[in-house]
Amino acid sequence: MSETAQTMPTRSYLNHPKGLWTWLSTLDHKRIGLMYLYLIMTAFFAGGMLALLVRFELLTPGRELMGADMYNKMFTLHGAIMIFLFIIPSIPAALGNIIMPLMIGARDVAFPKLNLTSWYLYVIGALFMLFSIITGAVDTGWTFYTPYSTSTSTAVISTAFGVFILGFSSIFTGLNFIVTIHKLRAPGMTWFKMPLFVWALYATAILQVLATPVLGITLVLLMAERFAGIGIFDPAMGGDPVLFQHFFWFYSHPAVYIMILPGMGIISEIIAIFSHKKIFGYRAIAYSSLGIAFVSFLVWGHHMFVSGQSELAAGIFSFLTFFVGIPSGIKIFNWLATMYKGQILLKAPMLYAISFLILFSIGGFTGIVLGTLSVDVHLHDTYFVVSHFHYVMMGGTVMALLGGLHLWWPKIWGRMYNERLAAIAAVFVFVGFNVTFFTQFFLGTQGMPRRYYTYLEQYQPLHAMSTHGSWLMAIGFFIMGFYLIHAIFKGKPAGPNPWGALTLEWTTASPPPTENFDKQPLAEHGPYDYDKVVAKPTA
Amino acid sequence: MSNSTDHEHPKHLQHHFTTSEQQQDSAKFGTWLFLLTEILLFGGLFCAYAIYRAWNPELFHNAHVHLNTPLGATNTVVLITSSLTMALSIRAMQLGNKKQTLTFLWCTLALAGAFLVIKYFEYSHKIHLGQLPGKWYTYNGIEGTNPHVFFSIYFLMTGLHGIHVLGGMAVISWMIYRTNRNEFSPAYYTPIEMTGLYWHLVDLIWIFLFPLFYLIG
Amino acid sequence: MSSHSETHQRHILPLGLYLNVFVALLTFTAITVWVSYMDFGVFNLLVAMTVAVVKASLVAMYFMHLRYDNKLYTISFLLSIFLLGVFIILTLFDTLRRDDIYDIKGGTIKPNAAMYDNRPPVDTTGEASAGN
Repeated sequence: MSETAQTMPTRSYLNHPKGLWTWLSTLDHKRIGLMYLYLIMTAFFAGGMLALLVRFELLTPGRELMGADMYNKMFTLHGAIMIFLFIIPSIPAALGNIIMPLMIGARDVAFPKLNLTSWYLYVIGALFMLFSIITGAVDTGWTFYTPYSTSTSTAVISTAFGVFILGFSSIFTGLNFIVTIHKLRAPGMTWFKMPLFVWALYATAILQVLATPVLGITLVLLMAERFAGIGIFDPAMGGDPVLFQHFFWFYSHPAVYIMILPGMGIISEIIAIFSHKKIFGYRAIAYSSLGIAFVSFLVWGHHMFVSGQSELAAGIFSFLTFFVGIPSGIKIFNWLATMYKGQILLKAPMLYAISFLILFSIGGFTGIVLGTLSVDVHLHDTYFVVSHFHYVMMGGTVMALLGGLHLWWPKIWGRMYNERLAAIAAVFVFVGFNVTFFTQFFLGTQGMPRRYYTYLEQYQPLHAMSTHGSWLMAIGFFIMGFYLIHAIFKGKPAGPNPWGALTLEWTTASPPPTENFDKQPLAEHGPYDYDKVVAKPTA
Repeated sequence: MSNSTDHEHPKHLQHHFTTSEQQQDSAKFGTWLFLLTEILLFGGLFCAYAIYRAWNPELFHNAHVHLNTPLGATNTVVLITSSLTMALSIRAMQLGNKKQTLTFLWCTLALAGAFLVIKYFEYSHKIHLGQLPGKWYTYNGIEGTNPHVFFSIYFLMTGLHGIHVLGGMAVISWMIYRTNRNEFSPAYYTPIEMTGLYWHLVDLIWIFLFPLFYLIG
Repeated sequence: MSSHSETHQRHILPLGLYLNVFVALLTFTAITVWVSYMDFGVFNLLVAMTVAVVKASLVAMYFMHLRYDNKLYTISFLLSIFLLGVFIILTLFDTLRRDDIYDIKGGTIKPNAAMYDNRPPVDTTGEASAGN
């Protein structure tokens, strides 16, 4: 595949300018994205460790490591860290920041200073959450439902405030991306010549800008309730605790699409490249991203079917929920059609893309199951829900994130990783994931409630199996961490385009120079014109 | 990456933009997006208002008579006028008239201050009477269960709005400072324009707050 | 080239237009205050909100230049209002119809219902003594 060995560029955004302060004061989107990546992977590690502890505690109904109160704090922290510090920022803030401007042939995002501000807001939000952990943590579950969250003595206010700050980080990133995509595309890059990852980030950014402020006001109300007793969620004072849920889920449902849409964008990129084929149904995929974003605002009440909301509202939300699966289904079919008769290359990114197709489909189907009101009455707050969202969030977004990391690792660092270790890690992660979570569908249908510290003896075999699965996954991630970090220092130089791909980021050096391109690139062909254009892989 | 024809490089042009127009359009669009987030932020409170008013129509009516409608109407006029002066300050800079720009900016600032002064009088009257949010409520003269509900929402919404007025005053002051230092011209006055958009939004929110709290039939 | 782009989009509105909008805003404010002192029942809210929307539109279209700017800004603005509307309306579908359940009357459960297969029927008529 490669003719001559590549060499590393002497000067790139990584080594020039030098010095920690040049990083902390950088306005370069690639450096900002990389700094996000470090923090996000740290959060993933912390959240992952918490997951292992939670699963370990569930090995038997009795006490393994901790008491019930500590258990409540553990799963709350696992959820809060994974959602607010890892998964929501992960693809947009890390990969999106590094890659998107390169993909559209821009020099940077529209507002570089705002970008750095977003990063610092992330840091500050994370520090507040760290502070809350130290001062006793939170035991409400990541959803902070009232009335427990307004009355528990744990550190709700500092956690809520941390999340509030993190929300602004997300909003500003979204704002930045929308303007960047509108205004800074290369000459010739019309909307329908943009890579699908950019479409995905655009739809995500719309959600970030429009949905997150409602989370902001929700947290303000929660803090006001706790701090000043305004009574808005307290029935004794004429308030309504279910109102909190409406407020919370109006953001948090679109939030799950903030999590998955960028991942879907990555899958489009990977499948086109590693099928060496034009994406099937480009416009359908692009429009479906916007469709998902739009419909996602209409369905939040499906998290509240048994909360006490009116039957009328529940029925309406259930009806609308069925629509939200349609655009996702369109994407899956288009991806499969792309792969059909393609020259499939089973490199690591493609292994993760295929995992995504299988696992996200399972997650998506079970979402429709849960969206069916009558069925949800039985399944709400059981392990079925836990399994569903892990299938979409981990089997979906995390697999896509891993695929993206493996796809763009050579671009970011200029070096290739060990393909064999990557395949081994992928197998451990895939198998481990399914052992951990497929069992949980059965736990759920058999009635095992979520967030429970202990359980009836009859559930123990499945719980044990799930815990063992978590160990397999952990092994996979440790192998992955090892070879990815090793690659940074010792990997084979990748050259500009190790995969023979056609989007603009592959036309510049790996790693890129600070100014991204030596001269302004033009969008001369479409991003997936494998039938018309040949680009030889450089690694 | 450089402009192919341009050798004069305007001072305000940032390096990742190719033309001044691209930069200014981006700034304007970015500002609008920020305003959308404010609409959704306040929107949550409007939703809470709608719900609680729908549940307690008589309470809202009984409670609202204790608000000072003349003062509220005055504040409405104050903010509308401040929107005018803000728009005129931008127009003045479009025409290159620095002195007029400054005059109108100062007027806007003064009117904003007047708004807050009037609110101060309204708030202190309520504090004095015990018409306070939630558990702090001690006033006796309003019929209906949970009369504090009205005041909880009133203080939350007007309070958040007041904070935004204060923030607006800070930004307007900064614009006065920068205008003074000749940073703006007919070719470049984007920051004042952005400030203006924000300030008009503050006015917009009050345009809805006023009838919803002070003019309940 | 750059001097062209600098002036082309800066459409300067005539002073008279700003003043007219200002007077209109004051007039509508007066109207809405005046109407509030009369009792039109539920229409008071409708009138007040209509006037508010008119005033807001004037501020948005003229003071904020939406009428003369890129349509993208108007579309974005309306989109946010639409979503806010969805939020309020769907939530009201819940809060205003919570009491529907009290109007629902089901039939009695048949004594030979499958749910009683392993247990005796529950007395729903209240005649037998409570507590098993």
